[in-house]
Amino acid sequence: MTFDLLLQTLASGVLIGLIYALVAIGLTMIFGVMEITNFAHGEFLMFGMYASFWMFALLALDPMFTLPFTVLLLFGVGMLLYRLVIRRIIDAPPLSQIFTTFGLMLLFRGIAQFLWKPDFRTIENSMVAGSVNLLGVQLGRPQLVAGIGAVVVTAAIYLFLNRTKLGSALEATAADKEAARLMGIDSHKMFALAWGIGAACAGAAGALLSTFFPIFPDVGANFILVAFVVVNLGGFGSVTGAFWAGILIGVVEVMGGLLVGPQYKTAVVLALFLAVLMFRPHGLMGRA
Amino acid sequence: MKATWKAKLAAASVAAVFGSAAHAQQEIKVGVIYPLTGSLAASGAEMRSALELAADIVNNGAKGIPDLPFSTGGGLPNLKGAKIKLIFADHQGNPQVGATEAERLITQEKVAVLVGSYNSNVTATASQVAERYKVPFVNPESSSQSLTLRGFKYFFRTTPHDEFFVHNAFEFLKEVEAKKHIKIASVATFSENTLFGNEASKLQTRFAQSNGYNVVKQVTYPAKTTQLTSEVQTLKAANPTVLIQNSYSEAILSMKTYKELGYLPDMILANDAGFADTEFVKTLGKDAEYVVSREVWALDLAQKKPLIKQVNDLFNARYKINFTGNSARSFTGLMVTADAINRAGSTDAEAIRKALAETNIPASKLIMPWKGVKFDESGQNTLGAGILVQIVDGKYNTVWPADLATRELVWPMPKWDQRR
Repeated sequence: MTFDLLLQTLASGVLIGLIYALVAIGLTMIFGVMEITNFAHGEFLMFGMYASFWMFALLALDPMFTLPFTVLLLFGVGMLLYRLVIRRIIDAPPLSQIFTTFGLMLLFRGIAQFLWKPDFRTIENSMVAGSVNLLGVQLGRPQLVAGIGAVVVTAAIYLFLNRTKLGSALEATAADKEAARLMGIDSHKMFALAWGIGAACAGAAGALLSTFFPIFPDVGANFILVAFVVVNLGGFGSVTGAFWAGILIGVVEVMGGLLVGPQYKTAVVLALFLAVLMFRPHGLMGRA
Repeated sequence: MKATWKAKLAAASVAAVFGSAAHAQQEIKVGVIYPLTGSLAASGAEMRSALELAADIVNNGAKGIPDLPFSTGGGLPNLKGAKIKLIFADHQGNPQVGATEAERLITQEKVAVLVGSYNSNVTATASQVAERYKVPFVNPESSSQSLTLRGFKYFFRTTPHDEFFVHNAFEFLKEVEAKKHIKIASVATFSENTLFGNEASKLQTRFAQSNGYNVVKQVTYPAKTTQLTSEVQTLKAANPTVLIQNSYSEAILSMKTYKELGYLPDMILANDAGFADTEFVKTLGKDAEYVVSREVWALDLAQKKPLIKQVNDLFNARYKINFTGNSARSFTGLMVTADAINRAGSTDAEAIRKALAETNIPASKLIMPWKGVKFDESGQNTLGAGILVQIVDGKYNTVWPADLATRELVWPMPKWDQRR
């Protein structure tokens, strides 16, 4: 086992971890603000991938150029979904909420399969294709760009939440719905905003993934389980928690795969997850 | 629906009694269980098209292909021109769903025969239900050997199973060594962790060892994984001469990861599945080149067997895609089923079972590179054989066996940085 190999694996782990983080941040945000678990979150990712794919296939625009548009589009989708569906189940029992988002997941997959066929699609020869050699470590350029993109988006969200009035209002709603309302914050607006940002994060992740991961209607399933683990590990509702937990999971997954054996990589991740929950039931950065 | 079905049956029996059966048209329901949604939906859609074509040929004929059974059309002659009606069910790649759907097709749709189900693990559960209800189950594609080791009476498999293929693969490797004057120093297996991957890699390891090859690593990965980095790193470190790979939809992801990490062995010897899908070459383009896969079928076989070209032209005209190893086997499976139902002369399960057991179809009537279809006690077709293909110029070219080969093997496969 050479040092090169470890470094290479570590780098790959961090890069995929950043994508996990970006998906999870959207999920944790929605949960943090309104305590609804969005099972259809992987499908936002899928829509982000398809949006990138179609703009590439039909208009020959690179996913990196269309990224802002994809993000805006998914922001709209998230807001719209809140207005049309989620608003009606805010006060419903948790089980109804679960079934609603679960149903949306199935519906979205069905729609994607109906409209775009179950074929695997890929974006060939994107402007970020190929790989670069950094200090003897071979990194896929799409992965590298995706990782950097994930950091940028996370930083933007972090700044938005902590430096802007709107972000503070969102945080306030997350902390205490009633108190925030008494301070004159329109909670419906905040909820819609959380859904918009949540979907936009998944959409950004989808756009960044689209340059190197196959695109198909069920692609969300590959990422959603790991996203739930990340959200849990980071602490429900914590954006920074999700960020670090995403990287941690990515690294543990590949390093565990390399050191313990690839067949156990998922087991290693879940073992770590259980261990953390035993000592920190609210996750690494969760609020008690 | 049910009423018309009964009415038709009644009409048929009345007609039979009065000896004027000529225009009585019965429908024979055949239940087909395939992955129509989910991650295998792309393969499922192709197989569905192939099954529909086969049923249509039986029902309406195929002009100009006299070698193909039923090509004159008009349904099954021994059943007074009865038509085959396919009842599709979707198992989503899930063994539980497969079993439930099999039960539904048998008890509610009252199908005469079941055909399916591609994934070995789904075929296992679905055929178990069929066995319980004593309904024949014809399996055209699943290659897990254990399926015909269960002592089932109603289970028939037309495709060769993994042991045939693995045996073929090592015959091939021996020939490569002799022909290219090389020594294959080591092999490794790389497999997904469901029934298919596990069983295949066990067999491959056993055959490799008994053929005197050094198995340096056996890597398995969880199906539906998001990344294969640590797996490929492990393979890179082990550095086998030949990498034997068993993957479904992760075939594409694995190739992308090889390229990203700059890894390639001298030969990737893939075990069909994900490597045989139309999507594989379409998606990867040039990066799919030089992969060798065991196959049951390839379009270039048409050069040696005109029947293959004729049927494929028909398929292509209708669905705008060519046959693959999967869909060609689905097609063949349904043709074998139709042949048995016809010889049984009834929809009685026992009669169909008996007819299936007596199946004897010569190579000349098949679009497969087999010596024919003939089942043994366990329900396994004993006349099946595999081929080995290599992707060159975006096409699957037969490279083994020598008498069917259309192209010389490229060895070793060029490394990523030597490609243009």
